Amino acid sequence: MKLTVWTYEGPPHVGAMRVATGMTGLHYVLHAPQGDTYADLLFTMIERRDHRPPVTYTTFQARDLGSDTAGLFKDACQDAVDRFQPEAIIVGASCTAELIQDDPGGLAETMGLDIPVIALELPSYQRKENFGADEAFYQIVKSLAKPMERTQRISCNILGPTALGFRHRDDIQEITNLLYELGVEVNVTAPMTATPADIAKMGQAHFNVLLYPETGESAARYCEKTFYQPYTKVVPIGTGATHDFIAEIRELTGLTATLDTDRLRQTWWSRSVDSTYLTGKRVFIFGDGTHVKAAARIARDEMGFEVAGIGCYNREMARDVRAVAREYGLTALITDDYLEVERAIEDIQPEMILGTQMERHIGKRLGIPCAVISAPVHVQDFPARYSPQMGFEGANVIFDTWIHPLVMGLEEHLLHMFRDDFEFHDAAGPSHHGGHAPKPSGGASGGSIEEKAKPEVGTDVMVWLADAEKELKKIPFFVRGKARRNTETFAADKGLTEITLDTLYEAKAHYAR
Amino acid sequence: MTHHNAPPPTLGCRSAPVLKERGQREVFCGLTGIIWLHRKIQDAFFLVVGSRTCAHLLQSAAGVMIFAEPRFGTAILEESDLAGLNDAHAELDRTVEQLLARRPDIRQLFLVGSCPSEVIKLDLNRAAERLTVQYAPKVRVLEYSGSGIETTFTQGEDACLAAMVPVLPQTDARELLVVGALPDVVEDQMLGLLADLGIGPVRVLPARNIDDEMGVGDNTVFALTQPFLGDTHAALVRRGASHIAAPFPFGDEGTTAWLAAIAAEFGVSDEVFQRVTEAPRRRARQAIAQAAAPLNGKSVFFFPDSQLEIPLARFLTRECGMTALEVGSPYIHDSLHGPDLDLLPAGPQISEGQDVDLQLDRCRDARPDLTVCGLGLANPLEAEGLSTKWAIELVFTPVHFYEQAGDLASLFARPVRRKDILGVAAE
Repeated sequence: MKLTVWTYEGPPHVGAMRVATGMTGLHYVLHAPQGDTYADLLFTMIERRDHRPPVTYTTFQARDLGSDTAGLFKDACQDAVDRFQPEAIIVGASCTAELIQDDPGGLAETMGLDIPVIALELPSYQRKENFGADEAFYQIVKSLAKPMERTQRISCNILGPTALGFRHRDDIQEITNLLYELGVEVNVTAPMTATPADIAKMGQAHFNVLLYPETGESAARYCEKTFYQPYTKVVPIGTGATHDFIAEIRELTGLTATLDTDRLRQTWWSRSVDSTYLTGKRVFIFGDGTHVKAAARIARDEMGFEVAGIGCYNREMARDVRAVAREYGLTALITDDYLEVERAIEDIQPEMILGTQMERHIGKRLGIPCAVISAPVHVQDFPARYSPQMGFEGANVIFDTWIHPLVMGLEEHLLHMFRDDFEFHDAAGPSHHGGHAPKPSGGASGGSIEEKAKPEVGTDVMVWLADAEKELKKIPFFVRGKARRNTETFAADKGLTEITLDTLYEAKAHYAR
Repeated sequence: MTHHNAPPPTLGCRSAPVLKERGQREVFCGLTGIIWLHRKIQDAFFLVVGSRTCAHLLQSAAGVMIFAEPRFGTAILEESDLAGLNDAHAELDRTVEQLLARRPDIRQLFLVGSCPSEVIKLDLNRAAERLTVQYAPKVRVLEYSGSGIETTFTQGEDACLAAMVPVLPQTDARELLVVGALPDVVEDQMLGLLADLGIGPVRVLPARNIDDEMGVGDNTVFALTQPFLGDTHAALVRRGASHIAAPFPFGDEGTTAWLAAIAAEFGVSDEVFQRVTEAPRRRARQAIAQAAAPLNGKSVFFFPDSQLEIPLARFLTRECGMTALEVGSPYIHDSLHGPDLDLLPAGPQISEGQDVDLQLDRCRDARPDLTVCGLGLANPLEAEGLSTKWAIELVFTPVHFYEQAGDLASLFARPVRRKDILGVAAE
């Protein structure tokens, strides 16, 4: 038993729903009790979909348990096929139905339906949403895709995008255009946008572009083995990764078409002097493995940040993220417990968080700005405008998104210079954020000086003397946490138990960069 | 000046044939009630014993995450817990210990059963008894089921309150007990009205804290503020209390009828009743008149959601000038919903339960001006050109009693107004 308040991932059948909802012509018959239909609203509300997810729930109740839940499943299955006339169905159980062991796959098999029936076994008490999506897509491909002659022109499939994915809608458009410019046609994009008939012709492609390893890797591996289609290993998030991705495509295809990179503004925006203030900002990165790996590279190499902490919530990616962390001289935090993430952030005191909606809330609590880089998604992550993360436009979008929460360059200086202006003070937060700025003067904030700076027993009898404490309060909130931490570390290293004004400035000089 | 409501219809819906359906239900399970109950009962923690799905539902249904350390959580069952029930009990004890150590402010712990815990027959009643002994007197541990196989949406609150009734102390005092979780501001208004009528002492279930809890006994009379409290009603009757049947306090008419039924029970004079209710009634009527203008002459179709449907249909038809086409409710109890059904003019199809695809067919045929439905259906129906009102907002917004009557009308009017505004802009 694991005590959980908020979760990064839903149960595996929700992953399968993301696959089914992304596709058309496919229906999911889910053996599930009343209430599991809540998952529909993820799609209709968060993603603002204008259709119900193609899911039929058997809706069994307590009184059915003693009698014929299997019959209920068969009826629901037949009704769904008659009403929605799908090209194929996937069948499976949610967590409760898994316990009553009706075997939806076996039951549907006996019904003599004249469409393909794909059975899903998703262990609800062991695995989670991403696994469910990956496994569902793999089973669909395995059952529907057949070996076929390659297309005449060089083509690929795009694998991994699903409903409710973080910017998948725009990423596939961006990458489809990029591939087109390189001379590669997209044969099938799946699961999102594909029909079962499209899946059947996946074997026509020369290779596969795996955009989201979390949800498409098993299918990519299967196609590699079965159809001898190699798949791309670089995920084109960020300028550097996009160039590497292009190189990988050229390597795979032998195509040499040149590419117009005029649209790529991020590189100049990063180099322009206005961005100097970004240099060395300490960031904490957390999310799904793929986005975290990409964000680390962008943060260090394309924004000039210092990566101060890194981790992911999906254990499937632990090995990769640990390797990246080592490269950055860090230890990766692999956990799906947001309280643990919160503790890590409090401890590291980054100047910015690149995280999920969960970290955004943590940042709000601690007064640390946060940009969202990864699922789990929120209605905000489905903007009306075109807003990819991948390719060159994705690099532009990421630049804008990441600097938006920060106090901008000149404003930062002014806050340093005139700390006591009654309107233009650090407690007012970044001026372009209106009422949404963090309120560092209250409770838990970037400062949190009120509690923490007091002579307290918790921090190894380290005492802040009054003048040092007063000076610390003058430091703007977005660097105050760091200043406090640096000073305390410095004092501890020197074996000091009292922090004076001098200690503060000694530490400042020590950590100057 | 005295206001009178329209006379009751010569033919209400109480004896109308009910279409009973059994199929896919597009509703929440009872766990959802935790979202408001954990704010209402300030010293309680709700521990769901369930699966990752339960945890995911709780964070999705609320639409927002309440990061101020919510007083609920899920003990997620894992493979090892399914293997042996004794181990599951030991695990539960360990989890509770961990939780109570972290939250020393908690005085009441609700173990909330879920679909998986019920299917594996994890006896939470036994666990609650064991843990009560262990943590007495500081913490009281109760259990109820919020599972989807047993409860629909608001029935979770019913199950929670019903679980509290047996442990309330015995009393012989003649007291009024008002039952149902209301927003604090609304509850205070209600208590103010009852005090002005000279009725007291008034007790409220659920109380905001365990120390405010009331006794119950043969002389207790109780009124329900929510139409989904069937089990709590039965549990109170078993303790000897008697129910004051009345329409539910929505709108001017419902609030007046509800108060009048209580006033009659306590022998309040007509004169006092008029004096106390006149000003708020006038305000309620004025507010409704302003807010409900866009609804006049429009039709409404209710999908089943919270059991609020029948009283709300009564309000919309009798006070906002709407026509009901279908009124669907997850469950209909005559002893609770009868007084509202009496007032609801005959005409609409009354339906109980759901087969969502069939009901969607009926809704598309009926082309109502306004469809009241759950979040899973709202956007798809909007995309088909139907205006919708998400039902869950009716449970999360202060809508009871006089001062909220205008707000209640505007909740329904807003989608209609919005459609008009956007329609003009699009041309």
